[in-house]
Amino acid sequence: MTEADAYRIVWTIVVGSLGATACALLGCFLILKRLSMLGDAISHGVLPGIALAVLVSGQVGGVAMIIGAMLFGVLTVVLTEWLSTAGNVSEDASLGVVFTSLFAAGVVIIAVFLPRAHIDTDCVLYGNFTNVPLDTFTWSDSATGIWSEIPRAAPPMLASLALTVGFIALFWKELKLAAFDAALASAMGFSAALLHYLFVALVAACSVTTFEAMGSILVLAMLVVPPATAHLLTDRLWAMLVWAAGLAVSSATFGYALASQWVFNTNVAGMIATVAGTQFALAVVLAPRHGILVRFLRQWRLALRIAGEEILGSLYRHEEAGRVGAAVSLHEHRLSPWIVALAFARLRRRGWIERLNGGWRLTAAGKHEALSVVRSHRLWETFLGKEFELPIDHLHAPAARMEHFIGPQMQEELAAQLQEPHLDPHGKQIPSP
Amino acid sequence: MPPPILDVHDVTVAYHRKPVLWDVDLTVTKPSLVGIVGPNGAGKSTLIKAILGLVPLVSGSVHVFGQPVSQERRRIGYVPQRESVDWDFPVNVLDVVLMGTYGRLGWFRRPGAREKAWAHECLAEVGMADLARQQIGQLSGGQQQRTFLARALAQQADLYFMDEPFAGVDAATERAIATLLRQLRRDGKTLFVVHHDLRTVPSYFDHVILLNVRLVASGPTPLVFTEDNLRKTYGGRLAILETMGQALSQEERTA
Repeated sequence: MTEADAYRIVWTIVVGSLGATACALLGCFLILKRLSMLGDAISHGVLPGIALAVLVSGQVGGVAMIIGAMLFGVLTVVLTEWLSTAGNVSEDASLGVVFTSLFAAGVVIIAVFLPRAHIDTDCVLYGNFTNVPLDTFTWSDSATGIWSEIPRAAPPMLASLALTVGFIALFWKELKLAAFDAALASAMGFSAALLHYLFVALVAACSVTTFEAMGSILVLAMLVVPPATAHLLTDRLWAMLVWAAGLAVSSATFGYALASQWVFNTNVAGMIATVAGTQFALAVVLAPRHGILVRFLRQWRLALRIAGEEILGSLYRHEEAGRVGAAVSLHEHRLSPWIVALAFARLRRRGWIERLNGGWRLTAAGKHEALSVVRSHRLWETFLGKEFELPIDHLHAPAARMEHFIGPQMQEELAAQLQEPHLDPHGKQIPSP
Repeated sequence: MPPPILDVHDVTVAYHRKPVLWDVDLTVTKPSLVGIVGPNGAGKSTLIKAILGLVPLVSGSVHVFGQPVSQERRRIGYVPQRESVDWDFPVNVLDVVLMGTYGRLGWFRRPGAREKAWAHECLAEVGMADLARQQIGQLSGGQQQRTFLARALAQQADLYFMDEPFAGVDAATERAIATLLRQLRRDGKTLFVVHHDLRTVPSYFDHVILLNVRLVASGPTPLVFTEDNLRKTYGGRLAILETMGQALSQEERTA
């Protein structure tokens, strides 16, 4: 790898990470306010602001353009709210109408008044990361060689990130309160509306400064995808912001690496967004509390426990009727044969059941466990019979469902409330330990 | 004579021009535990929001302790309906209770050790001391409501507005909340509580506001909570008001 390669890699990743992090941090609040699509709307609605700023100031880029974008970002939101309250249009429809109309107006303004403006649609959509290390300026005469140059894209990205971090740090408690409970924020005198407009202006400013290098698709992806991923991974707001920033940086880094000529040799912005999407998919599956895998495991463990308890209960009833060494069938319980087989193996390993004449019987320890299951079942039947006045043949099915969720403590409570019953409504003994 | 605690003067609130509260006029002069009672859609929550300035008034004015509400926000506590917030929000119980201290802190100042200790005290007050670090999504309905109440305590207000604090809670929580409200009342606070269980009204509240898009009655519970008044409150809306509301919103649509 030459020094020029290193320069290109380092700076592209740095610029990408700065922009992605700024967007991801702001996006956390969009996600939490359930306004994910607002980022999309703002980043389109700002176009007339940009066009007018260029017309007035006579130059592309610069502070005028950012101010124009902020004004029109806020205008997008104000118009949407006005349309939905005064015009009696639903909120989502008015948002859709406002941002597409503003965007179209921007296109018309550019076509009519700025016919010589050069707009590369590819760059607008996919960004222009290749250009980042090529368009540079000298920052220090003392430094030598290639590293004395800095890409022109870097300072605006750094500024957006600094502004975003500064804004969130300054208004941390107010943003948290307004995002969680806007009514209380307003009742306390923190104007939730004012904060929201400030926030929207910042989103507009950030999307304008970052989209030149990153492209609009990546900006939108970074506003939503890393925050949504972070939300799955943590339960604290500050941790969500840290995660979102980390995921944004890792998207930029791995996205650039995968897009390089050594791997897929493809569009950088597209690859970064793809990595972000992959991270999200992984989080959906693997997240510690909300993940599919954890939930699947939890359900599987529950099914295994239920199957085990069904086997114990069934053997207990057989032995109660004098049939020791009976075969157990769990057909009516709609449990998968795999689960049932595993449950048998587990009970046997724990020493709760043992083979007898081709059937099974409970060991002493197994009998103790089974007793608790049957006690729960019959207590619940007694409770239902007393409180619900159900016909006697309606009691078994609900009790068979509930018996797995009545722990020792609930057994005590039920027994006490029913005045320590000895017989269930069918006249069967309620066993007690 | 000190100014009334709450003075609602001829307040009308409308959504899309159609009034949902008609000319409510109401004064509370001495510290009370006030129940706001009425059928669904009677405008109970709207009345609270109107008093707090969260919805615009078509007409009328609101004063608390003789001042406009915006001047006295630090003395006012608010408990919105439990369903109005997202319980998947990434904060824990202590974070939520700390939010109660934000009003006194004002813009930019952060809660410190003193506020945290105070929030823990408020949590203990509602019997949730050991759940401070719990993620709010893992709470039961009753615990959520207790969390909101602890947050209200943390506000250290003199005047409270609570929107259905008894909705969907278990019996133990209901008792705990009722005790807490009486305690606050004994401490000289005034509480306005939207309530939907008529059976408990006489035992919980010493003052009742009966509401059904208009004020039916307001006063000490024994005088106001009568069968006659309840019939007026729950016996359907006044047909004239319905027709007028329709007319106003029609006007809006055709104008």
